[in-house]
Amino acid sequence: MDIHEYQAKELLATQGIRMPRGGLAYSPEQAAYRATEIGGEAWVVKAQIHSGARGKAGGIILCRSEKEVEEAAEKLLGCRLVTHQTGPQGKLVNRLYIEETVPIEREIYLGFVLDRKEERIMIVASGSGGMEIEEIAEKEPDSLVRQTVDPGLGMQEFQAREIAFGLGLEGKLIGKAVRTIMGCYRVFRDFDASMLEINPLVVANDEVYALDCKMSFDENATFRRPEIMELRDKSQEDPRETFASDRGLSYVGLDGEIGCIINGAGLAMATLDMIKIAGGEPANFLDIGGGASPERVAKSFRAVLQDKNVKVILVNIFAGINRCDWVAEGVAKALEEVGVDVPLVVRLSGTKVEEGKKILAEKAPTVIVADTLAEAAEYSVAEWKKATKAAA
Amino acid sequence: MSILLNKNTKVLVQGFTGKIGTFHAQEMMDYGTNVVGGVTPGKGGAMHLGKPVFNTVRGAVQETGAEASIVFVPPPFAADSIMEAADAGIKYCVCITDGIPAQDMMRVKRYMRRYKKEDRMILTGPNCAGSITPGEAMMGIMPGHIYMPGRVGIVGRSGTLGYEAASQMKARGIGVSTSIGIGGDPINGFSFRDCLELFNNDPDTDAVVMIGEIGGPQEAEAAEWARDNMKKPLMAYVAGLSAPKGKRMGHAGAIVSAFGESAQEKVEIIREAGHTIVPNPAAFGEIVEAVLTGKKVAA
Repeated sequence: MDIHEYQAKELLATQGIRMPRGGLAYSPEQAAYRATEIGGEAWVVKAQIHSGARGKAGGIILCRSEKEVEEAAEKLLGCRLVTHQTGPQGKLVNRLYIEETVPIEREIYLGFVLDRKEERIMIVASGSGGMEIEEIAEKEPDSLVRQTVDPGLGMQEFQAREIAFGLGLEGKLIGKAVRTIMGCYRVFRDFDASMLEINPLVVANDEVYALDCKMSFDENATFRRPEIMELRDKSQEDPRETFASDRGLSYVGLDGEIGCIINGAGLAMATLDMIKIAGGEPANFLDIGGGASPERVAKSFRAVLQDKNVKVILVNIFAGINRCDWVAEGVAKALEEVGVDVPLVVRLSGTKVEEGKKILAEKAPTVIVADTLAEAAEYSVAEWKKATKAAA
Repeated sequence: MSILLNKNTKVLVQGFTGKIGTFHAQEMMDYGTNVVGGVTPGKGGAMHLGKPVFNTVRGAVQETGAEASIVFVPPPFAADSIMEAADAGIKYCVCITDGIPAQDMMRVKRYMRRYKKEDRMILTGPNCAGSITPGEAMMGIMPGHIYMPGRVGIVGRSGTLGYEAASQMKARGIGVSTSIGIGGDPINGFSFRDCLELFNNDPDTDAVVMIGEIGGPQEAEAAEWARDNMKKPLMAYVAGLSAPKGKRMGHAGAIVSAFGESAQEKVEIIREAGHTIVPNPAAFGEIVEAVLTGKKVAA
């Protein structure tokens, strides 16, 4: 789960990390008021969306008067900002962060991630800030400084000091950078983050400032972080994914037209692969999970049909904990209640498969039944081609 | 025969009296698994499914001589249960629980390093379907009947995709020595590489199928280790060709966030290490049969 820059900065502020003064605005008037409140002669108006690379996309505007702040806010609020991370549909800007400017002397990159190889929290830093980490890794790999944290003991100050010296900082800035790094580590650990990135961390006026901050959180830990869940902004999510996640389904929206309902994440990914190999494009990933009751199957149909591009639905169930007869009942129920007006291909395998097929034959005779994974992909792609032809 | 578990392995069920624990404990016993008891703190002394319930894993090990355990404990408490098993002298632990926070799993892995390698518990999972030695014992939630006893090892992250492979093999009369689920989490117990080592040393396994997916470095590590050390054919499939970067595909660990983590890149690394690629998930049966009968498979 991602949060906004201003929210991440509020979390950093709890650890005394320094950053430019700023305030949130929902309207051009508020933006101008914030600028007056902050004072000074120049401000940046920053679009709050869940994406990096906002500057290049025109989402960060430097202003030299309250009037300019108001105009910039007018321009940004309500628009959809397209960055290379958002996809072509972009993300809606409905909040702005107005911030004072600082005279930047140096830009530093500072990132915290879960390192899957070491199975520890890893800190990556570089003196070449301002670029994205992928770009730094490619162009200036020697500038990268790394530390990993022993989960039993936590981060030690000497590790932060090694990073600070590794970045070429000197004098009083060392202690200030160490406090910033240790503070970020505590925020990362205490809120179960999965990523924390300050890019850039800048040196200005003999101080170290977090100019930007991006954070993501471990979705498996949200049960113990209600304060983080409150920061969720559904306007930044794919509405199809919000609909599904509100109903406890694991769904990812894709660009094709073949809707998918599958049990198990691995089988779901593999089924999407099969559709692609068979010449089609999947509309979504959906893992219905174990214990798929008829209600859950019906919910899944609703989620898939949220996407108006869907022309065919493929249901692929390999029942272990699941039971094919329950899934078949669910399919019949969904056809009755949800109103599925696209062709439906169903492949059942595993526990109670014969019972499941019998139920389908009796209660849902329009369903196209496939016996194997290969058939399932083949039939759904054929139906999709038919539907596309009919529409053309 | 098998690795990790067989019909004699004495198994404890942690989270024994809960709804999920009860259901799967019964299924495991019906399959022939030697379940000797279970652990539910606060319910020690009771009998459940005809087996004794204990308050602690240590108590259960002392009374029953259990050497393996399977964890059905809910996510907030699961990491603690795994560490309890490790400390009580359990040799092999399967954790089924889906949804354990990554930092909890880091702590588990760090905790287990306090034991010497030869005393250290083997953990598979979490967020997996478990392990099965067909015809002997299962510690997991899989439909046992789709696995035929045989001489091919399976190791995979996904449960249902593992079922797919096993049933395609069974349809061609090919059986499984042991199938291990290592789970879909970013930080897990035994890695692909660790499991390949076990299969490599198992006289009853002739070839191994590895079922990977997007995210993390483990498939590549295993492929490189196998290039230098594996005496048996390795076949591999990597799921997620159509997964967009930065999106979590169901499993907490199935997310492409770094170089080398996409399905295409992993397939390339595995192919370059000289192993056989299963090109699509409908070809498990065909490829395994071809490799076992010594036919040439187009790489």
